[in-house]
Amino acid sequence: MKKLLLLGDEAIAQAALDAGLSGMYAYPGTPSTEIMEYIQLSKTASEQNIHREWSANEKTAMEAALGMSYAGKRAMVAMKHVGLNVASDSFINSAITGVNGGLIVVSADDPSMHSSQNEQDSRFYGKFAFVPCFEPSNQQEAYDMVFDAFELSEKYRLPVLLRITTRLAHSRARVELVKHNLPEKKLKLPSDPLQFVLLPALARKKYRTLLSSYESMKYDARISKYNSFSDGTRRELGVITCGIAYNYLMENLNEVPVDLPVLKICVYPFPADLVKEITNRCHEILVLEEGYPVIEEGLRGILDSGIKIQGRLDGTVPREGELNPSIVAKALGLPVSYGRCVPGLVQMRPPSFCKGCGHADTFNALIDAIKPFGQGRVFSDIGCYTLAALPPFNAINSCVDMGASVTMAIGAADAGLFPSVAVVGDSTFTHSGMTGLLDAVSKNSPVTIIISDNLTTGMTGGQKSQATGRLEKICSGIGVETDHIRSIVPLRKNHEENVRIMKEEFEYKGVSVIISSRECIQTASKRKKAEAYE
Amino acid sequence: MKNDIIISGVGGQGILSIAAVIGLAALENNLLMKQAEVHGMSQRGGDVYSHFRLSDKPVLSDLIPLGKADLIISVEPMESLRYLPWLSDLGWLVTNSNPYINIPEYPKVEEILKEIKKIKNNVIVDADSIARDAGSVRAGNIVILGAASPFIDMPFESIENAVRNLFRRKGDDIVEINLKALNAGRQFSRG
Repeated sequence: MKKLLLLGDEAIAQAALDAGLSGMYAYPGTPSTEIMEYIQLSKTASEQNIHREWSANEKTAMEAALGMSYAGKRAMVAMKHVGLNVASDSFINSAITGVNGGLIVVSADDPSMHSSQNEQDSRFYGKFAFVPCFEPSNQQEAYDMVFDAFELSEKYRLPVLLRITTRLAHSRARVELVKHNLPEKKLKLPSDPLQFVLLPALARKKYRTLLSSYESMKYDARISKYNSFSDGTRRELGVITCGIAYNYLMENLNEVPVDLPVLKICVYPFPADLVKEITNRCHEILVLEEGYPVIEEGLRGILDSGIKIQGRLDGTVPREGELNPSIVAKALGLPVSYGRCVPGLVQMRPPSFCKGCGHADTFNALIDAIKPFGQGRVFSDIGCYTLAALPPFNAINSCVDMGASVTMAIGAADAGLFPSVAVVGDSTFTHSGMTGLLDAVSKNSPVTIIISDNLTTGMTGGQKSQATGRLEKICSGIGVETDHIRSIVPLRKNHEENVRIMKEEFEYKGVSVIISSRECIQTASKRKKAEAYE
Repeated sequence: MKNDIIISGVGGQGILSIAAVIGLAALENNLLMKQAEVHGMSQRGGDVYSHFRLSDKPVLSDLIPLGKADLIISVEPMESLRYLPWLSDLGWLVTNSNPYINIPEYPKVEEILKEIKKIKNNVIVDADSIARDAGSVRAGNIVILGAASPFIDMPFESIENAVRNLFRRKGDDIVEINLKALNAGRQFSRG
């Protein structure tokens, strides 16, 4: 039996390859990035020519995966949790159209916001779209579930959501692989040529079908091997746990053997029958779940009185942030060990720009150029350059969602703010900034958009950026006047000139784009090492 | 057998290489493990850590409970102190003495070392100079791993093999430098 040491992300990727995947689609986003990266580095994937190119954003990735499924083949699309917001239009409608080849949508949640703007829980999206959702508790389950998720997807002809969280995505463990890989599916069109046509009259019918199959999904969840109930002798307390929270519970029960009834839920829609098995036995229920109190709220909705429910909503478990074994010990009323306190002299060490980073030079020029107008005029976006919000730069005033810098600058200019400046990375610009730029061009907004171009998707580790080498053409194609598409190189020696160019464009009463290009020093050094190695 | 190890440092200092070596050695010894890493934004010069759990029985939680770590391996002295809440009473703290200063309010190094010495089981190693003697200052992380190796319950040979395997791709010279670094670190720790 072949065993590999794999991150949760890698286990999912390996499983998809072993389960006859034909196409992987994704946009980089922590903690999901390594799924696509693993497939890109895989020998099998390259020998079989499995699709493995990055997409421009999560929505285009989701739609391309749906297209692969339309053609009868197995596809997977992966993104971070907030990426599912971007892809949600196609995700939710794909539940109405249904799929042809199996389709798995991986959403990697980031509770505690290690690298994110929020800690939303993707399980809500599963319920929202009425699709089955798998939530592995460990790397082996992550691997195994991919096979079951493809099967279930083809059984119901629906996309299946695979929800993971940071600690599983980025934790390595030994994973046992299947003996025999499944072959890729052959090209086969849907038997109903109108399956994917959501005209209202057709959509209504399909929606009804979806709602009725939701009931059988609950049955499938009930009999799933990933949902299990183990009874205990104690009746005072029963524990319902899901995903990775199960490990934290078992870690504690292993240390201090307490014979508690435990219901483990890893497949949704969560099975009410199974839940009642434990609630009928115990006087109190503790719910342990990584993320939002999804199950807990469901329970409180089912049982209006009689049984005490503990969890995130009554404060037994903190309302926000990820779980860990110590939080779970406390919730169980077990003693919590503690080492020593962190000495007072230890300082915070937030992330910062790398030495020699081009973004830093771009911001140094921007800080000088905007000084005469005062602070509060720079909208920014999501990427390494968001670090300019921290001292010593203190140079940006927003970071909301991918592409929001461009459109917020437009709105603020509409309100009369002058100058109104956006700073956006190259990859973020092609992800979701281009449509905003079209808005600006259509109404000739007086905004200056600085594209801080490091020729890569930097923060997630240097994935290919679709913007590289195309930015001037994209901007002029969208309709920005060529005189106001300025290219600069962010280097200290160009500082005065860069400040002058920025000031000139602030004064222009129309749309300007300043493309500030210099290769990310991380990818540059990786590239040089690779070249030397060859 | 159970070793719960926290590996700490600053993004870019090579803590994942330390974890990779221990992981390879654990595979050779047929041990079970879980290793939680930090990817993403903090890798840009922020504090980073890895929880490494090694056992002959299945490992449940990916994270080490507070107060249960047997060993902290730190590539940076101030970072070694950040994880004291996880260190057990009998645990060892092995750290580099050379600070990585990329923040304005970095405390005085003597004060940091004073705090480290309050931990009964501590090893403070000047990994930079030992690594330089071994042939490259970049092998500092492997010096520290060497200094921590007496507190990891695996045969030293398997850690040596893991270093060989991890660096093989980079050529014989790099392998030699890192093996020297590993041994010098171990020598330092054992006195």
